[in-house]
Amino acid sequence: MKYAYYPGCSAHSTARDMHESSLAVAKALGIELAEIKGWTCCGASAAHQTDRALAASLAAANLVLCKEMGMDMVVNCAACYNRSKTANYEVINSSVMRESVNQLLGQPYDGSVAVRHFVEVLTKDIGAAKLRKSFKQSLNGLKVACYYGCYLLRPPEVTNFDDPENPTILESLVEAMGGESLDWPGKVDCCGGGLNLTRTEITVQRSAAIIDMAQKAGADCIAVACPMCQTSLDLRQKDIEKATGKQYNMPIVYITQLLGLCLGISPKELGFDRLMVPAAAVIKATSVTAR
Amino acid sequence: MTIKIKKQPAAESLIRIVEKRADVSLSKCYQCKKCSVGCPVAGQTESPPSEIIRRLQLGAGDELLQTDLIWTCLSCETCYARCPNEINFAAVIDALRSIALEKGVAKPEGNPPLFNRLFLNTVKTFGRAYDLQMIALFKIRTGNIMADTEKFPTMIKKGKMALLPPSGADKRKVRRIFDRLPENKGTEK
Repeated sequence: MKYAYYPGCSAHSTARDMHESSLAVAKALGIELAEIKGWTCCGASAAHQTDRALAASLAAANLVLCKEMGMDMVVNCAACYNRSKTANYEVINSSVMRESVNQLLGQPYDGSVAVRHFVEVLTKDIGAAKLRKSFKQSLNGLKVACYYGCYLLRPPEVTNFDDPENPTILESLVEAMGGESLDWPGKVDCCGGGLNLTRTEITVQRSAAIIDMAQKAGADCIAVACPMCQTSLDLRQKDIEKATGKQYNMPIVYITQLLGLCLGISPKELGFDRLMVPAAAVIKATSVTAR
Repeated sequence: MTIKIKKQPAAESLIRIVEKRADVSLSKCYQCKKCSVGCPVAGQTESPPSEIIRRLQLGAGDELLQTDLIWTCLSCETCYARCPNEINFAAVIDALRSIALEKGVAKPEGNPPLFNRLFLNTVKTFGRAYDLQMIALFKIRTGNIMADTEKFPTMIKKGKMALLPPSGADKRKVRRIFDRLPENKGTEK
């Protein structure tokens, strides 16, 4: 199993833990992630808020490289995933956009490279049965609130990731690991990450509502698959506590970090020491007994 | 709800430009307001999504480009996912953003347009985003120097903020894309 791997800019800054834990999990499961040589930024929100053709062209620049490699693109960052899939969608569905992209890029691109989130590779290409066999440890009933946010799910005709109102992919992984996935109302809400540095008070308010709902549902931790969500909920948690006057101490972990623990990989290799809110309780839960 | 608009001549109406850029048909909207109900920032905005569509339908002009939702919209796309007529309202907002930028009238609270330009500047220079440069310049330019500074030592220690600029990207390829855009679009001069 070999894929063209697109780490995305956050892999070397705010989401090193996401990047490290994904590489460790892939290695343990025999998935080969070949990093795209010379990959560039997908343009993120800044590009699509400025110019639609610029956004599609920046994302398409990497898709062209995958096409040359002859492989599907595998992405960890939900925002890069969304931007890359949007570029494909627009190039395929609009001749005007295709022409603009070809002109800006200086080479043709037809929208044909499949873009997959790493979670999709785990659930669809590997599958729960094989994952269960590979696990050395269990989550031992750890109560996990799975949180999806926006970019994985919407717009559904572009991402086609899961049911946009009640997704269950992350829950299926948590259940396979022996955790208890919680039924809670916040899992497709927006964390407000898009305004994290410009209108911080909005991000704090949106993320506070999400953490509060997860806590009321009895969560031991929130599992995410998006670096923007992780940053809003983890890095901003002190600001949230200050604004609300409540103590949460809610660990915000990547789903790949949980999978890594169950595969017997050390917390350090999975980037646990990079989290702002300590996840010692999560690590401890998995190390109670081996199955 | 009272809506006030300054009506423009039909030929140059804002709605036609928006519909073309966003590739949507706003006449499909029958004001069910599901977009406004699901919008995470509707409570903090003067005009929620359905009202912006109504104003466009009634022939609103450039005064609409000052509406705060254009820059408080989180691009979460809940509006589009729930619209019974499949109107991509997030694309409508992106179209209004690009028109406001081109006309030089985008001056919103918190200055997201400046943030976007500084972000894209680092992409144009390094081929990838360079958080430290972008954040430092944003702080200097907005005068909000002290925000979040208490977090930086921990972020650097935990490797969540890279000190050195990113390397390894095909910078020339990205620069070519930006150079083909009209007059420094999206970045600082």
